[in-house]
Amino acid sequence: MGARARIASIVDPGSFVEESADLHSEDPLHFFDLRPYVERLAEAEMSTGLADAMVIGQATIEGRGCELAVMDFSFMGGSMGSVVGEKFSRACDSAVERGVPLISVTSSGGARMQEGILALMQVPKTVCAVEDLRDAGQSMISVMAHPTTGGVLASFATLGDVLLAEPGALMSFAGRRVVESITREKLPEDFGRAEQNLRFGHVDAIVPRPELRATLSQLLRLFDAPE
Amino acid sequence: MPPSEHELRLRERLGRLRNMPLLGGAKLSGELDRLQRQLERIGQPPTDEEIWRSVELARHEERPYTLDYVARLLDDWFELHGDRSRADDGAMIAGLGKLDGRTVALVGQQKGRDTHERAARQFGMPNPEGYRKAIRVMELADKHRFPVISLVDTPGAYPGVSAEQHGQGGAIAASQAAMSRLTVPTVACVIGEGGSGGAIAIALADRVLMMEHAIYSVISPEGCALILWRDAGEKRKAAAAFKLDAPHCLELGVIDGIVREPEGGAQTDHDAAARLLGESLRDALDDLVDVPGEELRHRRRAKFRSLGVFA
Repeated sequence: MGARARIASIVDPGSFVEESADLHSEDPLHFFDLRPYVERLAEAEMSTGLADAMVIGQATIEGRGCELAVMDFSFMGGSMGSVVGEKFSRACDSAVERGVPLISVTSSGGARMQEGILALMQVPKTVCAVEDLRDAGQSMISVMAHPTTGGVLASFATLGDVLLAEPGALMSFAGRRVVESITREKLPEDFGRAEQNLRFGHVDAIVPRPELRATLSQLLRLFDAPE
Repeated sequence: MPPSEHELRLRERLGRLRNMPLLGGAKLSGELDRLQRQLERIGQPPTDEEIWRSVELARHEERPYTLDYVARLLDDWFELHGDRSRADDGAMIAGLGKLDGRTVALVGQQKGRDTHERAARQFGMPNPEGYRKAIRVMELADKHRFPVISLVDTPGAYPGVSAEQHGQGGAIAASQAAMSRLTVPTVACVIGEGGSGGAIAIALADRVLMMEHAIYSVISPEGCALILWRDAGEKRKAAAAFKLDAPHCLELGVIDGIVREPEGGAQTDHDAAARLLGESLRDALDDLVDVPGEELRHRRRAKFRSLGVFA
């Protein structure tokens, strides 16, 4: 599910106001594998209509204000580079400024390799942003959609006050192929899936898409400061 | 010869630092001196061959590992074991010792030297239990006002079925979150391989250093080559494209300083390598010990939140 469709499916109609929409990735390493990174970026932008793999902004859900940070897997596999890290960081600040909870929806293959070590640095960057949000007394609800893996799982996605997962979502730090090739272990059928994560205690609930809006609304009610 | 782009960027960083009013005072001059010295040493960016040489040296089997440095740098070392929940992870070391008479906590990945120890240390790839042990000991240090030193040397966090079942991703996030909350001085040094999430888990520090021939990267050159070039044989190209060497990491603002190694690499002289690392750790801690805890935490988070390049 794309970021814009996701947002439309959970917020009050017409309530979403996008922020930092014009942030674009630069190419700090002048990275070139089989094709230049700038070419891959341009192509992703054309095919998705997005500037990068995350959309942030403010909205209401059943009348309650919240800040949203929603990832889009169709933009380079939802990989996290400098723009995703910065947008998430700004979403945290915006939530604090407006005194509303942050809802993140993740869908990502992990760090964006074409940004090298700077992509890895978005992992601690987003962790620090969440900790600043927490110190300011704001709550964060994390929704992990399919897939939420690698550096996104190992940073802000697992740091929410409440962790939700979509049915069947892959939520593993390492990919299936990596685990198989390094450990030669036989992988269980539900390796890293949301259901296994629930069984082992790593998420609070698995919420099907049609119920997500109602669940988020309930959580916003519960986390709302007393009158 | 005109200055390289690399050199210019270092100079720019130096200039920015000079103009930072917040840091102020004597503590800033130490930082400036160090940058200045590095600038003099690193006139030219490393070539692709030099970068690959660092990859080989970072993984050299005679290279000093965490406990080799502990034995040479800390007095009164007492190792602490276990995550108090499930296991003791041999790939992650944690303990207390004295550096120049001051008690410090040290955490770091540990590789093995022979076949038996390599298996016991799981090639320096921690399980979630290892990260939880590190968190426990860093929080203990915070409570007792001990500075925290972390030595990073891992190909990555262990990618196994049980590691996933026990929450590898969440443990790595939690370890960084714990470091971002500390109110004691923290210094991290990548002494060998700084492999991705498994490395950054213990590297969210006030000062981040790299040994001259250490590497720090988002994925291994082999892994990157396989995914982007669809051919693991292109690992040299991947390493060069990644700029995973210390001078490039310094230039990108990812690390604060480079620790010199003995001629030919740290593996040639463990004592000399430890002396050089010790000097850098002392310098870094001296800069930090008088900064109030809240200020340390604020600056640490601000530094990491500023990383990235976008328009």
